[in-house]
Amino acid sequence: MLAIAALLGVLAVALAWPVPVALSRAEWPARAPGLALALWQAIALGGALSMIGCLVVVGTAPDGSIVGSAEALLPAFASGPIPAEFGVVHLVALTLAAGLAVHLALNLAATAARAERERRRQHQLIAILSDPMPGEPRTRVLAHPVPLAYCVPGLRTATVLTEGLVAVLSPDELRAVVAHERTHLEQFHHLVLLAFRAWHQALPWFPIANRAERAVTVLTEMLADDGARRATGAAPLAGALERLGVAGEPGAYADSGGVEPDRETVEARLARLRSPGPPLGGLARIATAVVAVVIVATPLVAMLMIIR
Amino acid sequence: MANLGELERSVMERLWASDAALTANELRDRLTLVGEAGEAGDRSPATTTVLTVLARLERKGFVSRSRDVRPHRYRALLSRAEHTAEMMHEVLDRASDRDAALARFIGTATPGETDTLRRLLDELARR
Repeated sequence: MLAIAALLGVLAVALAWPVPVALSRAEWPARAPGLALALWQAIALGGALSMIGCLVVVGTAPDGSIVGSAEALLPAFASGPIPAEFGVVHLVALTLAAGLAVHLALNLAATAARAERERRRQHQLIAILSDPMPGEPRTRVLAHPVPLAYCVPGLRTATVLTEGLVAVLSPDELRAVVAHERTHLEQFHHLVLLAFRAWHQALPWFPIANRAERAVTVLTEMLADDGARRATGAAPLAGALERLGVAGEPGAYADSGGVEPDRETVEARLARLRSPGPPLGGLARIATAVVAVVIVATPLVAMLMIIR
Repeated sequence: MANLGELERSVMERLWASDAALTANELRDRLTLVGEAGEAGDRSPATTTVLTVLARLERKGFVSRSRDVRPHRYRALLSRAEHTAEMMHEVLDRASDRDAALARFIGTATPGETDTLRRLLDELARR
């Protein structure tokens, strides 16, 4: 029992710091962004499960099983003394495990509800303030000079371009931008981002949460870039990114002093579009996938072992 | 018959085009006038439909109603440009929160970037 708790504790610590730090510094995610995105999700999920699992294993040690401990402890809430074999350490561990699980779940629910409210509001505004773009389904043009493109995910989706963007980009570049947004929508990137956003909000003091959220954001951009590349080739999107992301169009930002986007990210995306590195080898892919599965499966199996 | 969303849009366009506040009947007449030639009568929405649309728009914060006279008169709360600018603010705020409600194209949001865009929006609004 102690060995399982120690294993989960080590896994939780590894997934909380060294593993994500190494992943955020690695160069291969740009060559396999989908796989890297899956690995980030496994790290976040596996980390949370290991942390909770470690506490559960420690807390249920006197009885040896989760169900048995629940049967012994839950009646004590209503009436009667807490069974003597459960000491302070066990009770604290179980309280922390339950608290952490509830905290994470509530944060996810609250973030999802807020995002849903925001989307509904966006659809209302889009329906009244924007015009449909001819020839592009579910794409709307907003009469505003600041060049911007974004998409509203959900059951009903919309891609919104501003007049400023339409004026600055060539037709090919515009098609590439729409394909980029559409890839975000088709691959449900908002769900991954939502989970990491919730995780970050639930554990703001957690050193790795910010880094993870950032890495995941960049990976979804790269996946959307790949979608645009499949639709229009790399050149139009690189052109659009150059014009908006890095160089900025002198006329587009008028007397604003220029916009400073996240130069590093845009440069990384541009470099990738200009010369995509060799795709990650088959063996490395399989190894990464196995690691992702093991990370999530270990705490799950450990908890299943002591369920009864 | 147009769906409710399209009707909301048409009603807002009439309100934005009008200097004075309008009653539901006046709005209905204006909606009829722009109906396609020959089928104008068919395309006119019923006053109750216009009232429903106005109630929805009021709830969504697009329309204000003056209740001191009968029939009630309606006007647009903000101009189209003001509303659009406000919407852009919301989009930029969401993007910097990375709330995952939206995803956006230009770069990934950094505080510096959204601050600059926000300043630009304010400058445009003052003009």
